Amino acid sequence: MAITGTEPLHTGALLSVAGLTKRFPVGRHLFRKATSFIHAVDDVTFDLEPGGSLGLVGESGCGKTTVGKLLVKLLEPTSGEILFRLPGLADHAVPDDPSELNEPAVDSASIEGRQLRAFRRRAQMIFQDPYESMNPRRTIYDTIAEPLSVQGMGTLLDRVDRVSEILDQVGLTPPATFLFRHPHELSGGQRQRVAIARALVVGPSFVVADEPTSMLDVSSRTGIMNLMQGLAQDLGVAYLYVTHDLAVARYMCHRIAVMYSGKIVEIGETEELLKNPRHPYTRALLSAVPLPDPGSTREPPDIRGELTAPIDPPARCRFFDRCPMATENCRTSPHPPTEEKSPGHWVACYEV
Amino acid sequence: MAAKINGPLLKVEDLTLRYLTRGGEVRAVEGVSFELEQGQALGLVGESGCGKTSVANSLMRLLPDNARLAGGQVWLRGEDIFALEEDEVREYRWRRVAMVFQAAMNSLDPVYKVGQQIVEAIEAHEIEGTISAARERVARLFRLVGLDPALMDRYPHEFSGGMRQRAVIAMALSCDPAVIIADEPTTALDVIVQDRILRELKAIQQQLNMAIIYISHDIAVVAEVTDRIGVMYAGHLVEYGNTADVFRAPLHPYTDALLGSFPSVTGERRPLAGLSGEPPNLIDPPAGCPFHPRCPRATQICQEEFPPQAWEGTQWAKCWHPMNAGAEAPSDVELEAASDVGIVEQSAHGEGG
Amino acid sequence: MITPPNYPGIPGASPGTPPGPPDLDVGNSRFRLALARIRLAWRSFRGAWSIYLESRIGVLSLLIIGMFALMAVAHPVLMLTIWDSGTYDPVTGYAFGQSQQPASPSWRHPLGTDPLGRDVLSQLLWSTRSEFVLGITAALVTVAIATTVGAVAAYYGGIIDAFFMRLADLIIALPGISLLIVLSALFKLNLFYLALVIGVLGGFGGTAIILKSQALSIKVKPYIEAARVAGGGHFHIILVHIIPNLLPLSLLYMMFTVTSAIFAEAVLSFLGLLDVRMSWGIMIHTANTGGYLMGGTRYWWLVVPAGASITLLCSAFYMGGRALDEVVNPRLRRRHD
Repeated sequence: MAITGTEPLHTGALLSVAGLTKRFPVGRHLFRKATSFIHAVDDVTFDLEPGGSLGLVGESGCGKTTVGKLLVKLLEPTSGEILFRLPGLADHAVPDDPSELNEPAVDSASIEGRQLRAFRRRAQMIFQDPYESMNPRRTIYDTIAEPLSVQGMGTLLDRVDRVSEILDQVGLTPPATFLFRHPHELSGGQRQRVAIARALVVGPSFVVADEPTSMLDVSSRTGIMNLMQGLAQDLGVAYLYVTHDLAVARYMCHRIAVMYSGKIVEIGETEELLKNPRHPYTRALLSAVPLPDPGSTREPPDIRGELTAPIDPPARCRFFDRCPMATENCRTSPHPPTEEKSPGHWVACYEV
Repeated sequence: MAAKINGPLLKVEDLTLRYLTRGGEVRAVEGVSFELEQGQALGLVGESGCGKTSVANSLMRLLPDNARLAGGQVWLRGEDIFALEEDEVREYRWRRVAMVFQAAMNSLDPVYKVGQQIVEAIEAHEIEGTISAARERVARLFRLVGLDPALMDRYPHEFSGGMRQRAVIAMALSCDPAVIIADEPTTALDVIVQDRILRELKAIQQQLNMAIIYISHDIAVVAEVTDRIGVMYAGHLVEYGNTADVFRAPLHPYTDALLGSFPSVTGERRPLAGLSGEPPNLIDPPAGCPFHPRCPRATQICQEEFPPQAWEGTQWAKCWHPMNAGAEAPSDVELEAASDVGIVEQSAHGEGG
Repeated sequence: MITPPNYPGIPGASPGTPPGPPDLDVGNSRFRLALARIRLAWRSFRGAWSIYLESRIGVLSLLIIGMFALMAVAHPVLMLTIWDSGTYDPVTGYAFGQSQQPASPSWRHPLGTDPLGRDVLSQLLWSTRSEFVLGITAALVTVAIATTVGAVAAYYGGIIDAFFMRLADLIIALPGISLLIVLSALFKLNLFYLALVIGVLGGFGGTAIILKSQALSIKVKPYIEAARVAGGGHFHIILVHIIPNLLPLSLLYMMFTVTSAIFAEAVLSFLGLLDVRMSWGIMIHTANTGGYLMGGTRYWWLVVPAGASITLLCSAFYMGGRALDEVVNPRLRRRHD
């Protein structure tokens, strides 16, 4: 069975992405329309259940960060839809209990104005670079309280209390010693804790985490991963974890989606996907991960060539040029549909 | 080539380095000693700021103006490299020790063709007599690192990240160095490209019987490509041994914590403990063992005296309570004594719950 | 199940924590929150100040500007105490005690008198104040316009950006002083209007382009995206994130605008095109119309005090700008670490 863009939102899903596509024009000018496009995200479809976690894994330039930005409306899709079932979106009011999920689905494209504000309380993002994702002139208090103050939530004193409380939750204790520091006085790990606090301070139901540990030192990475996982579990937050590292995705997520050149090529439960990788790209990616075990030997990944940017790509399978299993059928047919090869394990490949 | 002298190819003894800064003297490298034989691969691992890059720069004699060599010696084939004159240093760099830098983009000049840059390096060191001989040599090097020699006349921006890294490796190999230092050679690369580069580096190293020092924060990379490993913390080399031994049974609690910080794609999915706290400020490092504020095994003595080497075969660690001495783990009495200064509280936090 | 470790981020306990502000106990009062912010601002000001003071030209520029500020204050004080207005008024005064005008420096007139018998020192001191007012008004107008235009053009891009940048190109292409000459012929320009004109030209001109390119580099920072995800609107992002990060550079160009304003005033007054009673430019103009500039160094007191003041004050603001540059651009700082 193929997933198409027309299926209704799965019952119980927090968000449902169908046929999501984003193209960026190449070489556009003020008075000239672009003729070439980078197909950054192409016909991407997946669901995320409340409190669930999905790891979006791929090499740099595969479109994984673009998917994340589309989900939090930092970018608008070229086509396709994102349906949200977030509390407080449909009726313009934010209920106190975010666990209520008998919400009608709302199309992301229709969210604007007051509804956008409600959306910003329910969907948040943690950015990759802890050094650049905070305004260097603003204090930790200003940074964390920003979502509260721009949305007019609570009085000044409520906000100070709330920020102190969340600082405590992310392990920056005692909060009073951190409130009025500037980001440059904190270590990378501490800053990423602030970033987590900023995302969680409004009580979201859904967070996009864009490689939050990739720029951190080894010793702070584990702490950040454990903190995120624990808080998400305690607060019932679902998250999309964007990463290039399969091992990190495995540690952090229930499910993993592997992206290649704007397409999701394989998606499934974490352990199932890693034990039985089906797509030739997933296999190559998995076999390229170095193992922290000096005795072991790995076969070299079975993949040819190098990654190229998907500028006006041909209609056939995106992985064709690098695939060790490519056939004549792969050359002449369109990009393969995503099919369920075993329960919950979807693969986009003609040959597996 | 210099005459062979009995002893190791590279011998670093008690290397100590300071940086003079506005805030005070940074104790970047503290008494680091190790040896390297022909054909060996050594990995130096540790967190950023632990001094691993400073060690590499000392070996290259590439130190910033505010650096001060406070002690120690480095011998390459029996020659004291800190005794070299300025003009000898130029000769020494690249011909004896070459470096593959972290940011490949920055080590290639964007306005010159890639092949030309390597030809110039060869000419500057008078390896080949003529330009055509030099170009032939570059073509051979390109093939060695898996690049098409036709790419010699391209500019760096026409190369992908992986190709640039290969070109930089070709450049490092261009003057037949005895030792290559690879400073995070694959950090900016995607995992598939990283795998290829590492395989090629390893093959070249075995083919040419070269010595290579990998500097990395990624222990999985180091596990795959090295035979010896040195773990650095706060400027000290805290553990050293055969890579297989260290990974199987680390002696130093820091190594143990480091190994436990990486998730894996294979094996049981288990919770990672990681490390608590932050690395020390090297302007004013803690007394005694620098790791004691973060160490779950720390006792009174760890705060007072720098630990001696504890040996296990050829492997050693600078630790009062090495991991192989299970029976010597701190007793309750010692823990009680330590609680006066808050160590127990912190280590309890570290184990977390 | 994996539980998060209880992370001991206690600053005192972890030696890696940088020395920060002392424990700011926020407590439960608005007053203490405000106090904490004031302390914080004071701390960052002190940091910037110590960097500024490390540069020799910065200190020199402060000394010179301070000296001129004293001169500006000295004039009204002297007029109220030992100078009678009949003799010492910079415009209407006349040195009755002198037999011949212009008179060379004496005890009563330390810098001599001009061809019309007015005290040169009094003119010099009186003009200092208006030069300050002129320079600072022009600088404030420039920076207010340039910062807004730069931030808005960079943030919105597209047609708004194109409009402001073409406007800036046009202003840069116009020869500045000649344009001012034309304007002063058409309108009666006094110091205030001159300040406005210089401010508007600078604000929509080159300074806007420089601040816009800086704003562009701020616009692509992830913290701008973070602010959008937080729910911040366009106005919030421009006002809270872009403009505050532009201000250091704005301040720098403010210093340079002061220099160009004082210089433009001197040129226009020298040409007699300004509707101004007295200024350093007018002082030189008076000497020139009387033919005293031809007399070599004989009548030096008619030209040197005003000329030197223009040069000194202009270069003081310029040097101040260069010293600020070191505070604003850490890359220019001498290497300490």
